[in-house]
Amino acid sequence: MFILSKEAEAFVKTELTRYETKYSAIIPALFRVQKDNGWVPPEAVGQLSKVMGLPEAHINEVLYFYTMFNKQPVGKLHVQVCTNISCSMNGGRELADHLCKHYGVKYDEVSADGKVSVTKVECLGSCDTAPMMQVNDRYLEGLTPETAVKKLKELGA
Amino acid sequence: MEIKLLSEHYSKPEYQKFEGYKKFGGYEVLQKALKMEPKAIIEEVKASGLRGRGGAGFPTGMKWSFLPANGEPRYLLCNADEGEPGTFKDRVMMEKAPHQLIEGMIISAFAIGSKKSYIYIRGEYNDSLRIVGAAIKEAYAAGLLGKNILGSGFDHEMDVYSGAGAYICGEETGMISSLEGLKGQPKLKPPFPAVQGYLRKPTIVNNVETLAAVKYIIRDGAAAYRKNGTEKSAGTKLFSVSGNVVKPGTYEVALGLPLRDLIDKVCGGLKPGRKLKAVIPGGSSAPILTADEAMKATMDYENLAQMGSMLGSGAVIVIDDSNSMVDLLDTIMHFYKHESCGQCTPCREGTGWLSKIVHDILHGHAQVKDIDLVKKISEQMMGKTICALSDAAAMPAISFITKFRSEFEQHLNKHSHAAGAAHA
Repeated sequence: MFILSKEAEAFVKTELTRYETKYSAIIPALFRVQKDNGWVPPEAVGQLSKVMGLPEAHINEVLYFYTMFNKQPVGKLHVQVCTNISCSMNGGRELADHLCKHYGVKYDEVSADGKVSVTKVECLGSCDTAPMMQVNDRYLEGLTPETAVKKLKELGA
Repeated sequence: MEIKLLSEHYSKPEYQKFEGYKKFGGYEVLQKALKMEPKAIIEEVKASGLRGRGGAGFPTGMKWSFLPANGEPRYLLCNADEGEPGTFKDRVMMEKAPHQLIEGMIISAFAIGSKKSYIYIRGEYNDSLRIVGAAIKEAYAAGLLGKNILGSGFDHEMDVYSGAGAYICGEETGMISSLEGLKGQPKLKPPFPAVQGYLRKPTIVNNVETLAAVKYIIRDGAAAYRKNGTEKSAGTKLFSVSGNVVKPGTYEVALGLPLRDLIDKVCGGLKPGRKLKAVIPGGSSAPILTADEAMKATMDYENLAQMGSMLGSGAVIVIDDSNSMVDLLDTIMHFYKHESCGQCTPCREGTGWLSKIVHDILHGHAQVKDIDLVKKISEQMMGKTICALSDAAAMPAISFITKFRSEFEQHLNKHSHAAGAAHA
């Protein structure tokens, strides 16, 4: 069961006063939950609702609209491979397939040891380094299947 | 061939930090601007012919002049929700030269009388968010943001806001909704943001590159800025070039450069033994150009419009003869289906159907008449929705199946399974 930490609550309260409207604090608050927990569990929404004084329905609306919020658990390393045009043209899909095979997972599934999840994503704006992927919040660029695995190993996969 | 006006110092790592930026004349233009009449700045920007660098190409000075003469608050929003597939120049600009953007924004805010601005950066751009956030802090510490900037009496607050993964937030009213803490759904226009934008207050939304360019227009004057480019497409532009070229990357060139020179002379041409098949000249929403068309095109707003395509965000995707057009269109259609915000039926349903049918064509579960169905659906999606996403999906679909019709037919003839009952 997820419980919003005191530090996270303090962060959310600061964000509530940072913008012209407190609704603008929802995205930063959800990012904070995800940073602490890896994904945004349903019970977090109720807790945020109380702290923020905003309806749960509204927080859910925002949560489910934006793709960066993980609505299910992800691996410690959440590997997001770009398979949009320029990356596909340069082996992005093959890279994504290779990583699934290498870690023994299907797309959007977490490996048994909890270390890795692999997903395909749309353009990440690094098309000149195709194929590339985002692992948690960092970009890994100009990859081959082999260098990708090597870099993920360095990150603890 | 490259003209490094905005990108002059991008190769210097120190340019990212305040001290390094100052060393190369940073914030000197702001000092000059704060001594000018705000109206004179707007006039200079108008005279420069600067057009929005985010995609629509709307004249910047004219956009500014739509603001009501009086009334506060009024907001300046920088659109850094760079999501158009193939585009990455704003990320380069923010990470190499965050202060260039901030200086351009303070000058622009002073011109339009705005005391508060936000830079809305797509959530995936963690480095940009961190670097721009740090640069804003440096600017505050140096007295370039906050109260009474450089003793001018002008106050301005600036903050950065992170998106959370939604292409639609690159549409200016979608971005405003997102910043307001709502789903990032576009709003019906009119009223345009200049009249009723963020929190229903007058708001100007400009792209990163547009705001950065303002600095150089004020530094050198409109006439000097106009020395590059064409009459209707003035100045330089940063192009994001990717796909099958030897040297993909971000390149600043004068608008009006032949596309052929951009590919061959600036980006090192195609890989050995490969032939050009097609070019997407302005991001995935821009109708595709065949190799023949690409050889005749020049990279400016009017020429690409005449050719039935658009300059868009300046994302050039170069496609060689190793690619299947059916496969590429499938990738593009999947993207728009994924990114439709869902509020308008022609877009929500249309992008879904286009993606399904093109996917079926790719996998041989379709008939030749389904190619016509793609066209029919696309035509029903154009001009019928609140924002341009629906058109952005329909335009590439129509252009691909029209210009590469025989390849789609051949693909079906080769791969079609049995009776193609899926859409019989």
